[in-house]
Amino acid sequence: MNTQTNEMRLDKLLRAKKNPWKKEIQKNWPLYILCLPALVCVLIFSYSPMVGLVMAFQNYKPWLGITGSDWISLDNFSRIFQYQESIQAIINTLIIAVAKIIAGIIVPIVMAILLSEIRHVGLKKSIQTLVYLPHFLSWVTIAGIMIDILGLDGGINHVLTNLFGTKPIFFLGDPSLFRPTVILSDLWKNFGFGMIVYLATITGIDPSYYEAAEIDGANRWQQIRHVTLPSMLPMIIVIATLSLGSILDAGFDQIFNLYNPLVYSTGDIIDTYVYRSSLLNGQYGFGTAVGLFKSGISFVLIVISYRIAYKLANYKIF
Amino acid sequence: MYYKSRGYKIFSIFNHILLVLAALSCFLPLLHLLAQSFSSKAAVNGNLVSFWPVDFTADAYAKTFRNSNFTGSMLISVVRTVLGTLISMFVITTAGYALSKNFRGRNVLMWIFVFTMLFSGGLIPSYILITSLGMKDTMWALVLPGAFGAYNMILIMNFFKTIPKALEEAAFIDGASFFAIFQKIYLPLSLPGLATVGLFIMVGHWNSWFDGILYMSNTDNYPLASFLQTVVVQGSAQNMALTQSEAEAMSEQSLKAAQIFISTLPIILVYPFLQRYFVKGIVLGAVKE
Repeated sequence: MNTQTNEMRLDKLLRAKKNPWKKEIQKNWPLYILCLPALVCVLIFSYSPMVGLVMAFQNYKPWLGITGSDWISLDNFSRIFQYQESIQAIINTLIIAVAKIIAGIIVPIVMAILLSEIRHVGLKKSIQTLVYLPHFLSWVTIAGIMIDILGLDGGINHVLTNLFGTKPIFFLGDPSLFRPTVILSDLWKNFGFGMIVYLATITGIDPSYYEAAEIDGANRWQQIRHVTLPSMLPMIIVIATLSLGSILDAGFDQIFNLYNPLVYSTGDIIDTYVYRSSLLNGQYGFGTAVGLFKSGISFVLIVISYRIAYKLANYKIF
Repeated sequence: MYYKSRGYKIFSIFNHILLVLAALSCFLPLLHLLAQSFSSKAAVNGNLVSFWPVDFTADAYAKTFRNSNFTGSMLISVVRTVLGTLISMFVITTAGYALSKNFRGRNVLMWIFVFTMLFSGGLIPSYILITSLGMKDTMWALVLPGAFGAYNMILIMNFFKTIPKALEEAAFIDGASFFAIFQKIYLPLSLPGLATVGLFIMVGHWNSWFDGILYMSNTDNYPLASFLQTVVVQGSAQNMALTQSEAEAMSEQSLKAAQIFISTLPIILVYPFLQRYFVKGIVLGAVKE
């Protein structure tokens, strides 16, 4: 009798160990319920499209659906490297994205240092307020303004013609000028916002470092070089490594609103190419393959960049 | 002191000029737009308007507000922004609260959420999903797909983590449930943080234009940003193929300017509130544990 109850108790204990969920759910069930809306959202709108990625291996026809379309293994992927257009789109993406990343790292650092040299608090605050603003405007708004002022008879050309007597420049229609225009306008939109983290870092530097440097006879440039920059370095490293993940992200919103057939040769990027080849020309399988090519590589790069940022600067996303 | 040296003074003058110019460059395009929208058509087409209206008139605004396509789109944008922000905030605060606690399976869930930041199905599979769910040409296509944002959820989760545990423990002893604690302690105490994230989501919704173009086959269902995209950007791309005189007749730049300005106004109006919080918000989000 006694051994039997003992056995039963043991059995119960073992089962509890085998199924630790039971106790957990009894205690924390509200937490699981609270996660449910987000989980449902993510499963439907993020994970189920991933199932649709099998289209990349199909000759997808909308009327046949995923189950009825022909499987063509890697044909779509080999076509990416056969078409002149898609190869050009990949090259354009790399050039534009890399230029944006480099400019987007250097300029905010320089501007943050320069801004910290302005001691008039009111002026500093006003400058900050103005330079953060463009980040919050949509590319549709900015493209609308740019198309107007950069047009052949727009304000910029007006000024250039009056000052230097140059012929009107077609910034958005000349293939050799399209990339610089895109890179500069992106820089204009985002440099202010990029400064914020650096300004916070500079404000956080202990003033006694500067005092010590001053006593040692360092001039302002030497103070910046030996105190400010080294203090900013961890943040710079984190931001530079994390930007590795956006190396195939040339900015769909911007390009789509600024480009036109005249500049496809230098301005067409992977994302805009996917849009045109699939949704406008009906090559759904091929478009999906190009998209998967991009997001696959980006995924690997993001994971690598997070690992590096973690190793170098102990950065964690959560 | 270094700032008394001659070299530094010269640098300082150039530095002030450079930064003031940079700041003006961020503001003048909008002023130009505003000036155009209040100028007469002739003055705008003759390139006479710089930063102050010429032949002041509010015709462009009167015309814009008489355009039922414009006002209809504006209404859709307002509804989408309010509804989308509410749904989004509900989804991310509930998950953010739960994930700020330790429970079995938390890390697995966390990775399921974070993975959506790293990889996505992409344009066409999402488009086919929305089509097969029957959401095309409905408001749901605009508010549901982006309702959960992992980044915003992590921000909110970090806000929740800063709230002292003792408060929760005291409430537990008084017999409160997780739901009550969430509602009565966590939500009120992290209101500033929630407001920041909410404002960001609102701006995102208001500015979002591509989903409208993608998921709405009837232009009557376009939100304002999508409507503007077709008017301002696609319209001008078509204009390039036209002759000079045709293009001039088509392009009513003062009208376009008015439409762009009206649709940007809400962003400019919330911007001061946004700015007050986002510097703090970003810094808070960057500091963990």
